[in-house]
Amino acid sequence: MNARSRYLSRRAVDGAAKTFAIGATLFGIGWLIWILAMLVHLGLPGLGAKLFTVVTPPPGEDGGLANAIVGSLLMSGLGVLAGTPLGILAGTHLAESGDDDRLAATVRFVNDILLSAPSIIVGLFVYEIVVVPMHGFSGWAGGLALAILVVPIVTRTTETALRLVPRGLREAAAALGAPRWRISTQILYRAARAGMITGALLAVARIAGETAPLLFTALNNQFWSLDMGQPMANLPVVIFQYAMSPFEDWQQLAWAGSLLIAAGVLALNIVARIVGRRR
Amino acid sequence: MSSLLSPTRAARRSRLADRLWSWLTRGSGILVLALLVGIFGELTLGAWPALRSFGLGFFTSQSWNPVTEEFGGLTSIYGTLVTSALALALAVPVSFGIAFFLAELCPGWLKRPLGTAVELLATIPSIVYGMWGLFVFAPFLSEHVQPRLTAWTEGIPGLEVLFGGPPIGIGLFTASLILAIMILPLVASVMRDVFEAVPATLKESAYALGATTWEVVWKVVVPHTRVGLVGAAVLGLGRALGETMAVTFVIGNAHNVSPSLFLPGGTISSTLANEFTEAVSEIHTSSLLALGWALFVLTAVVLAASRLMLRRLARQEAARP
Repeated sequence: MNARSRYLSRRAVDGAAKTFAIGATLFGIGWLIWILAMLVHLGLPGLGAKLFTVVTPPPGEDGGLANAIVGSLLMSGLGVLAGTPLGILAGTHLAESGDDDRLAATVRFVNDILLSAPSIIVGLFVYEIVVVPMHGFSGWAGGLALAILVVPIVTRTTETALRLVPRGLREAAAALGAPRWRISTQILYRAARAGMITGALLAVARIAGETAPLLFTALNNQFWSLDMGQPMANLPVVIFQYAMSPFEDWQQLAWAGSLLIAAGVLALNIVARIVGRRR
Repeated sequence: MSSLLSPTRAARRSRLADRLWSWLTRGSGILVLALLVGIFGELTLGAWPALRSFGLGFFTSQSWNPVTEEFGGLTSIYGTLVTSALALALAVPVSFGIAFFLAELCPGWLKRPLGTAVELLATIPSIVYGMWGLFVFAPFLSEHVQPRLTAWTEGIPGLEVLFGGPPIGIGLFTASLILAIMILPLVASVMRDVFEAVPATLKESAYALGATTWEVVWKVVVPHTRVGLVGAAVLGLGRALGETMAVTFVIGNAHNVSPSLFLPGGTISSTLANEFTEAVSEIHTSSLLALGWALFVLTAVVLAASRLMLRRLARQEAARP
């Protein structure tokens, strides 16, 4: 009898734990569905051709987000172009150094910290080293801040991708007398291409929605401008400014912009996954 | 003669190229190091005027007055710590449940899509959470949740103070909830990875002894992965501490230290986002940089601890025969 009741109580605890786990999953997913549903519901009415062709309006007037979209693309492009090569080289260093390499171990550790360091800190840093000496906010500063966010992501994914390349490939190339730089650039990079592209795509997805580092670097620009030396409009900062405003048409634009960013980031992440899986 | 020379010249050239390549990759690695050192140094430099004039009292003073140029970081530091701690306390149990479900209960066909969905949700930009928080969640809280919480906790010492206050939907309470929702997918997916690192034989042996699923998780998986689970939670903490946009939208941006969670407040990052470009005096900018410095040191320590814990678990696994 005693054994039976103990069995029953164990079953009951097990059942309660399982119910909790299922409940937690539904609960967690529920929030996120709520957020995405509201995003689509409130953002969709603002989507239209105008969003992409007209610049940000003064309150009360019709307008779009064309300058902000272009500014975001330009600075994200600069960020990826500047950050990716550095990340690839650093990742190569980490992957090709031995386990007893103290420097590599330190770099790996520091890179992990940079990977999740608050992005607003990067904004402060770039403000101090670029905006203050150049006496003004600029697209260059914004791009640099984004590049600093790209480096640790690409470093990490490059290292992971290169470590997955079979050792035999390195040894075969070395046995043929290939120098190390050739082994890296012509053998390993080719074999690890999918993983490295995935890393770059993930980095783009990460910086596309970053707001905090742009607040103090690119600032914002109401007008159409492709001049990287001037303050530059960008989606996240425009969304922030418009959402906090009391004007309804600005808030509508902020919702449309948020939907655009979220859709873009999710699409990039999905593409990155598909590229990464095909190997 | 030349036919004998050319291979050596080629060999010499390739050796030079190799050395260049090694410098280049090593140099890039060192640049990553320099980035961290540079950020720390530059922030310290920028924070110096404020730290010099206010001393260590900067971190314990509540005054934040741009007019009289009296600055202290306590209100922002308090807001950062309270919202992050509350977010972590709410997010960790739910994340644990999700990880438990994904790793042990989920039917095979659902495992991958659900796992991918959780990972994708972790990538949604924080500004989207901020928008939702400001326009959807805050009005919902002020209308349906906050008045009830106030009514329920009335007369209960302690709780009465925490949940008393104007139900305006903006403040530390809302900010904590949004942070919790934000770090949920991150913590859940790291915890799931940690769960899945447990060798199948260990779990199978426990099942063979007649253990229930919960007993396997609680008595085998959790003790085995304790370091990793704490690491996952601390990673979430690191994310919450530095999160800017989601918080800035809903926290109300006030400088006060109050026991009521319903009152507006501020975190380090929200203060920076709101005031940095508008700061006029040098000491105001420097005080903001001092806050940034404190945030950077805090998150660096937290993230380093998290990485060390997660790595210890990985090494443990690798050492197992």
